Amino acid sequence: MAALERPVVRPRPVYLNLFAIRLPLPGFVSFLHRATGALLFVAGIPLLLWWVQRGLASPDAWNAMRGALAHPFAKLVLLVLAWAYFHHFLAGIRHLLLDLHVGVDLPSARRSSALVLVLALVLALAVAVVLW
Amino acid sequence: MVTPNRIVVGAHYGWRDWLLQRVTAVAMVLYTLLILALALWHGGLDYAAWKAIFAGEAFRIATFVFMASLLWHAWVGVRNIAMDYVKPVWLRLTVQVAVIGLLVGYAGWTIQVLWGGT
Repeated sequence: MAALERPVVRPRPVYLNLFAIRLPLPGFVSFLHRATGALLFVAGIPLLLWWVQRGLASPDAWNAMRGALAHPFAKLVLLVLAWAYFHHFLAGIRHLLLDLHVGVDLPSARRSSALVLVLALVLALAVAVVLW
Repeated sequence: MVTPNRIVVGAHYGWRDWLLQRVTAVAMVLYTLLILALALWHGGLDYAAWKAIFAGEAFRIATFVFMASLLWHAWVGVRNIAMDYVKPVWLRLTVQVAVIGLLVGYAGWTIQVLWGGT
């Protein structure tokens, strides 16, 4: 009978409650990668399509679109989406480098995650300067 | 007879999604660089430049490849989030079907924007 015994299945340590775990910096950047991805899906894709469509329709439509995007709230939305794109873009490149075994040791991974975080914010700041 | 050491994870869905996520990401990086280069070439983007850029068939096709990559990339990402955080199966399936519907709709919108007008 012993040969027929099933191996003991231990519960896997899956623990994803974001309100109960404290993430290290690379984990935080990884979380932001997901959050910005979700944001770009929800708001970025429709806004991008609308932008291209209005921009191609006619000179009047182009000006109307520019006018709509000049509203302070629209600028804020644009700024947040621009930051989301920068962060997602840079974190994605970091991910690709990690896949190629570049910078996988802990100190490098911490440094690169800090770099992603800061660089995305700096680029967003540049966009803010252009918008305002 | 049961073969003892058979591979039970033979579908390789995970591997395919993993690769897809990276290939589409690289395609989007290249398109982003293309847009940046075009914006610099035209010295900023006004209506005339925008029209001129989109008048080229090659650029429209590149844009379509970008959008297809974006939508597929979004599917893999949103599905992963749903698998991690939406636990009830009926709700997860509902969310996933809604997301697929939305992405297919966006694909149609993309085609309409690129080839519908002119």
